[in-house]
Amino acid sequence: MGSTSSTLLKIPNVEVLMQETGFSPAHIIRLHDRFKALDKEGRGHLCPQDFGAIKELAMNPIGDRIIGAFFSPGKETVDFHTFVKILAHFRPVDKDRPKEPNSPEPINSRSNKLKFAFQLYDQDKDGKISRDELLKVLRSMLGMQVTEEQLESIADRTIQEADLDRDEAISFEEFRKSLEKVNIDHKMSIRFLR
Amino acid sequence: MEGAWEIAFVFFQVWLSIVVGLIMLPAMFGVSLGFTDIYIKVLVKTLEWATLRIQRGQKEQAALPSQSANGIIEKDDGSMQEEIGELRRSHPKNLAGGDFTLCDAFYFCKKGIENIVEDQVTQRFTSEELASWNLLTRTNNNFCYISVRLTIIWGLGVFIRYCILLPLSVKNWLSDLVHITCYRICARGLSATIRYHNKENRPKKGGICVANHTSPIDIVILANDGCYAMVGQVHGGLMGVLQRSIVRSCPHVWFERSEMKDRHAVAKRLKDHIADKTKLPILIFPEGTCINNTSVMMFKKGSFEIGGTIYPVAIKYDPQFGDAFWNSAKYNMVSYLLRMMTSWAIVCNVWYLPPMTRQDGEDAVQFANRVKSAIAHQGGLVDLSWDGGLKREKVKESLKEEQQKMYSSMIIGSDFNEASVGPA
Repeated sequence: MGSTSSTLLKIPNVEVLMQETGFSPAHIIRLHDRFKALDKEGRGHLCPQDFGAIKELAMNPIGDRIIGAFFSPGKETVDFHTFVKILAHFRPVDKDRPKEPNSPEPINSRSNKLKFAFQLYDQDKDGKISRDELLKVLRSMLGMQVTEEQLESIADRTIQEADLDRDEAISFEEFRKSLEKVNIDHKMSIRFLR
Repeated sequence: MEGAWEIAFVFFQVWLSIVVGLIMLPAMFGVSLGFTDIYIKVLVKTLEWATLRIQRGQKEQAALPSQSANGIIEKDDGSMQEEIGELRRSHPKNLAGGDFTLCDAFYFCKKGIENIVEDQVTQRFTSEELASWNLLTRTNNNFCYISVRLTIIWGLGVFIRYCILLPLSVKNWLSDLVHITCYRICARGLSATIRYHNKENRPKKGGICVANHTSPIDIVILANDGCYAMVGQVHGGLMGVLQRSIVRSCPHVWFERSEMKDRHAVAKRLKDHIADKTKLPILIFPEGTCINNTSVMMFKKGSFEIGGTIYPVAIKYDPQFGDAFWNSAKYNMVSYLLRMMTSWAIVCNVWYLPPMTRQDGEDAVQFANRVKSAIAHQGGLVDLSWDGGLKREKVKESLKEEQQKMYSSMIIGSDFNEASVGPA
């Protein structure tokens, strides 16, 4: 496991990373160990197959979409920085953080967590969840357990409830409004022990 | 300047002779001077004190939920139903039970990300992180500079470990490897304290000894108390040299890993060996790869098909003093041995379990599982039904289907036909 400072030194731009993401040095090291463990061939970056090797993730109905969230459009590899930045979305919200007017919104803010979830639905990134996209997600989560009709009826009802401006799609604002009472911090956060 | 060197040299000679006198001679005669026990006691006291100091220094340590020392993230243990139910409770148009809501995806998303950060299988293959710090920086990332006194103790510890324990071990390690005595010296060199339980169940000739596997030192640990024939993989490098020298003293059976693929050839050789009642009991580690000493993974059935009497042995290392786990993906043999030798001590317990034989109507897999449970139970290890080979394998589609089934039963569970479907 290497001593703290020597592992940190091996990671380029680690200071910037810690500042942007808010992870502590110990967390960064653990994530680095994890990154190296996933990067079985030691190439210094991850590809979709490396994620696919995680058994429980392959079992997850929307596993592919979650993996896809790590790779920017067109890119087929993920370096350590991007890996950590994506995972930073799931840091618990910092309650006692002073609100500086000029600083950018932290990656793990409530809004950014919602955006992350929104993108799992909105695969073509046009800012709206269309009926088709919703159907696709539903199909992933339900598999062959339901019929096409049942699926369409669920999708229609969901859009009906959330779509306020009647454009047959759910925009990010409508998405956010529909989930305003959900405890996002608890449900979309992962707490590191120690 | 010259004078200083001479004095240093004299000191060195004196020190060396003390080393020989106190370590090697008693080891050769199997006599313990009781130093190790005292050493261990002192060690425990020091570590406890150090941990207390650290904890006092960290006043804002939030109360941690009780998790296995191995987890790095807090996992919600709720079932899919509970978690999604909670998510929906806040949703305004809540229809108790069925129906889909946009926040359902959060559950899967969070689970997915949790698994990316840490998964059950890989967890088994990383070293246990200790809740208390054993003054080895390597086992805990969080404990850094706390107080001057602690740093001094730590510095002293480094000095002792690297300047005293290490040369001791190296010297001992390279000398006289061929007899059982040499194993005892190695054990001393590694500062190993081994407690054997139930010695009456010790493996007898013509049997097969089966043990759980954590590190290559398992062999040293077991051989300290009896002579075994080894079945194992030929290692290159330093280990290969050691292996060849050991072979000359006892009739061992070594295989190439690729040879082991030919199970029939292996089985035949082993059968021949145990049929000969004068031959030493064979020592086998059926798990096939190093596990990190908190669990016992699926035993490969090959060893259990041969027949004969199985003598199970449970080996459990006390992690408080040094991590004996060898992650073959991360460290090579030499750096691993170096780490072992510079650890404070290696304390382990070995339990000899009563012999077992395959019963009628039991196939090899069931027998293997029975033995595995016995070992896990004795050693206080978690009995996992995961295959150690999972470290390198992929998953089946059917498990994904199970998840889908569970989720769909929540959506469609309630009376679906009554739902109104018409467009907005």
